[in-house]
Amino acid sequence: MSDLSNYTLVDLVEGIKNKNFTSEEVTKSFIKNSEVSDKLNTFITKSFDQALVSAKNFDKKSKPNGLLGGIPIAVKDMFCTKDVKTTAGSKILNNFVPTYESTVTNKLWSEGAFLLGKLNCDEFAMGSSNETSFFGNVTNPFGDKIVPGGSSGGSASALAANLTPASIGTDTGGSIRQPASFTGTVGLKPTYGRCSRWGIVAFASSLDQAGPLTKTVEDCALLLQAMSGYDPKDSTSVNIKVNDFSSNLTEKVKDLTIGIPKEYRVENMPTEIDKLWKKGIDFLKDAGVVIKDISLPHTMYALPTYYIVAPAEASSNLARYDGVKYGHRSKGNNLIEMYENTRSEGFGDEVKRRILIGTYVLSSGYYDAYYLKAQKVRKLIKEDFDKAFNNVDAILTPSTPSSAFKMGEKKDDPVSMYLNDIFTVPVNLAGLPAISIPSGYDKNNLPLGLQLIGRPFDEQMILNLSLALQRRMNFKRNIKAWWK
Amino acid sequence: MSIDKETIKHISKLARISLDDKKIDNLSKDLSSIIKFIEKLSKLNTDDIKPLTSIIEASLKFRKDKILDGKIRDQILKNSPEKNEEFFVVPKVVE
Amino acid sequence: MSEKKFDYFIKGEKNKWEVIIGLEVHAQVLSKSKLFSSSSTKFGAEPNTQVSLVDSALPGMLPVINQFCIEQSIKTGLGLKAKINRHSVFDRKNYFYADLPQGYQISQYKNPIVGEGEVILDMPYGTKKIAIERLHLEQDAGKSIHDMDPENTFVDLNRSGIALMEIVSKPDLRSPEEVNAYVKKLRSIMRYLATCDGNMQEGSLRADVNVSVRRVGEKKYGTRCEIKNVNSIKFMQMAIEHEAKRQVKLLEDGKAVDQETRLFDIKKNITKSMRLKEEAHDYRYFPDPDLLPLEIDKSLIDKLKKTLPELPDEKKDRFIKNYNISAYEANILVSEKEISDYYEEVIKHADKKLAANWIMGDLFAVLNRKNLSIKRSPVSAKNLSILINLISSGEISGRIAKEVFEIMIEKNDNPKEIVKSKGLRQQSDPKELEKIITEILTKNKDKVAQYRNGKEKLFGFFVGQVMKSSGGRANPKLVNEILKSKLK
Repeated sequence: MSDLSNYTLVDLVEGIKNKNFTSEEVTKSFIKNSEVSDKLNTFITKSFDQALVSAKNFDKKSKPNGLLGGIPIAVKDMFCTKDVKTTAGSKILNNFVPTYESTVTNKLWSEGAFLLGKLNCDEFAMGSSNETSFFGNVTNPFGDKIVPGGSSGGSASALAANLTPASIGTDTGGSIRQPASFTGTVGLKPTYGRCSRWGIVAFASSLDQAGPLTKTVEDCALLLQAMSGYDPKDSTSVNIKVNDFSSNLTEKVKDLTIGIPKEYRVENMPTEIDKLWKKGIDFLKDAGVVIKDISLPHTMYALPTYYIVAPAEASSNLARYDGVKYGHRSKGNNLIEMYENTRSEGFGDEVKRRILIGTYVLSSGYYDAYYLKAQKVRKLIKEDFDKAFNNVDAILTPSTPSSAFKMGEKKDDPVSMYLNDIFTVPVNLAGLPAISIPSGYDKNNLPLGLQLIGRPFDEQMILNLSLALQRRMNFKRNIKAWWK
Repeated sequence: MSIDKETIKHISKLARISLDDKKIDNLSKDLSSIIKFIEKLSKLNTDDIKPLTSIIEASLKFRKDKILDGKIRDQILKNSPEKNEEFFVVPKVVE
Repeated sequence: MSEKKFDYFIKGEKNKWEVIIGLEVHAQVLSKSKLFSSSSTKFGAEPNTQVSLVDSALPGMLPVINQFCIEQSIKTGLGLKAKINRHSVFDRKNYFYADLPQGYQISQYKNPIVGEGEVILDMPYGTKKIAIERLHLEQDAGKSIHDMDPENTFVDLNRSGIALMEIVSKPDLRSPEEVNAYVKKLRSIMRYLATCDGNMQEGSLRADVNVSVRRVGEKKYGTRCEIKNVNSIKFMQMAIEHEAKRQVKLLEDGKAVDQETRLFDIKKNITKSMRLKEEAHDYRYFPDPDLLPLEIDKSLIDKLKKTLPELPDEKKDRFIKNYNISAYEANILVSEKEISDYYEEVIKHADKKLAANWIMGDLFAVLNRKNLSIKRSPVSAKNLSILINLISSGEISGRIAKEVFEIMIEKNDNPKEIVKSKGLRQQSDPKELEKIITEILTKNKDKVAQYRNGKEKLFGFFVGQVMKSSGGRANPKLVNEILKSKLK
């Protein structure tokens, strides 16, 4: 039997269903890989013993069912998992064990999957390289000391290294799509409101969304279907029917129109990325798609807007980490001292920077110039997309302005790190669904991705287009497990 | 516009994060750089634009007035760094 | 009632000053569960047993709004004759405190659920309209207990997240008496509507008081100070008096009043500056991104309008018009819905004026003595009604009725039974009375002569003797008539 950890999610589900192999065998295969992969530092918490118990129990079932029957899945450590430590990559939560399960992970378990472990990520999902985690950097399987992207770096790296058949992450400014692009995997951010945020450690409430990271588009459709759905416990959850994304997946995309936004052709764009973009355009044309040039005039304001709105919301969302109810607590002679020491010791530098910026842009005298202004610009950005979608069905752009960079390369200048998100951030601001699919390699043999952006709740459309692209791109993730 | 040390001290007090002088120096540079970056928005005229009130085209959904929760003191206190059987315990506020 | 003039002024050494007061009343919404979570709001539970995951702000928790709390706010707004805002927004008010688990309070800043309204006060010098600025919904905080441990504070989050209506008045109040009337009226309206139980001892009604002073005749407002979290009307009044005098002294000494927050020290009867604690409070309000804007359908407002009970002002007008009682009496009778219900039950079969007197006099005295609300009155409305009828029909005198009433307090027996069993029926037979009177007059021939010679005071002596002789049961009216005719 060939190495089960190479199989796609869809094939694993099928194989377990048809009793070609057992859940236990599948689980053991991934655990075996993980046991020699500590160098990648993808896991914060391994739940291997419990996973094996779950696998054995699944195999005992006479009538196993569920979209993900018998599948072990490792998830980003931003999802609260009952009785399993949940840290958000931070010292301030490094001993926190939730007594509750997030809605999204609960959905996975009710479809027959079970927890393999909690994956490393940038602290509180703030970062684009997984270099801000309290638990150390994550390495990209594509090369030692190469970043996997962030903040879902652990998820992307573990997935690419066959340590988990699929994963789920969170995307606030590109944190699923960018690491997917850097690791040659598929990453999708659903429409805002498609998946519940209940039980996910909050970073920026109006931007956060949970989403799948998978090896293939087919896998992505399946996992998205399992994760999605209205949750009355989340007031920003939208009560809209969950399509059978999987069964409705098709390559028939003829006569759809794809927009190519001119503002995404940024200055100093590496030629490889431009070439890849053109390749994507050609492949889509080949599939019968009509290509149109479009304009999203406020694109250049998206990053500054994001870096006002997200830190502002984060500064408020992270106020609850005060050492009183849970998490790390430092000593203090009085309450205020306790707070200041706890938060100073408990938060890393990037988180501190964002909390301070967020506090600043909301503070008296600055609110109008920054936060209020950003919300106005956000409206303009959203309207750009709304107008564009009157003329096109989807938008094609590169996922990232470069391939994965070296660790430490961008640590000295926070703004240079932020520029990684230039193509992904506008999507979060507009609340749209978007997917990154691996499309090629740069001259350093590092993967590059292309991004498809769709209308609200039209994940099916971008999945279909991605399927058409995937077949034509024929991307192969050739990784030698150098880290074992 | 750059951000001076007094302002950083003030914000850090609001955010309840203690910073020593060295940290403040480092932050001053980083934060000034970020502020400069976000100030790009000032170039855009938004006088007639209404701010975004929600990403979702919907209004708040209501919940019925039923007692469905509570009576889980053990769970609530479980993760607290300092507690007794009934309360969270914290250092006193300086009056 | 004589028309008094308003006369609350602070007489400083140099000038006469008026006191400008505005109140921010926090009223706990009567609802089963909290504003954004489903835990119970019941008072007095064991610490931290009415706390959900959302209330204790665990990672990933999100607010979901209680429909009933929205309706209660709208009803209160309607009771204040206020504008209901169809569109309103919840904002986060960011600050740190041990009993604020989220590190922010969900409140409403620029777009509250209810806009301008009014409250009418009945003062001895006439009616006065107090304008309401707004009413908004917000979360209550938990409780920090400082005195159970010398080194530490204990935190109980039971109260955290309970819905509060914050009712902000315009600075229209001018005296502690007006503040008393205002708070009582607000409380009464909300109790009528059953939107808040107004129980100040349990903390379901509290207020922040804003006080400033200005010389009489000046148009500009002075700098105001806010006295936070006063939880009884008496303390509000004491705090206002002290604070006004403090400000007058400062200003007359040529100093300025600092705008600041103060606390009322109930032991020392002074206000103290909270400036140190309040320093650098920048709440950084912004719309809560976990919630969407609140849109209220006109149909909901209309539906709630129809469910409103008759409110105190309307009831008072109706009582005055239909029952021919005075404004003063009507005011007292409508101050609590339970009292007005009791009254209307009594007057179904009894005299309206007598009923008012008995309730406001004898019944209230008993209730105060026994510290009972009228809901727990030892004397039922039905029985009081019967008692009053016994007076009206002449079966017993007013004096006897008081005796019967005392017996009714112990056991809520039918007064007819009491009168019967104790033989308290008024003696109204003229023949019998004549007998007694003749006897008395015969016994006291000397006094009769004195009376006829001009000592009119002796009439009372004769009445007293008749009463004594009849065991107090002689019909006083008849006694007077017969005595008068016999003494001519």
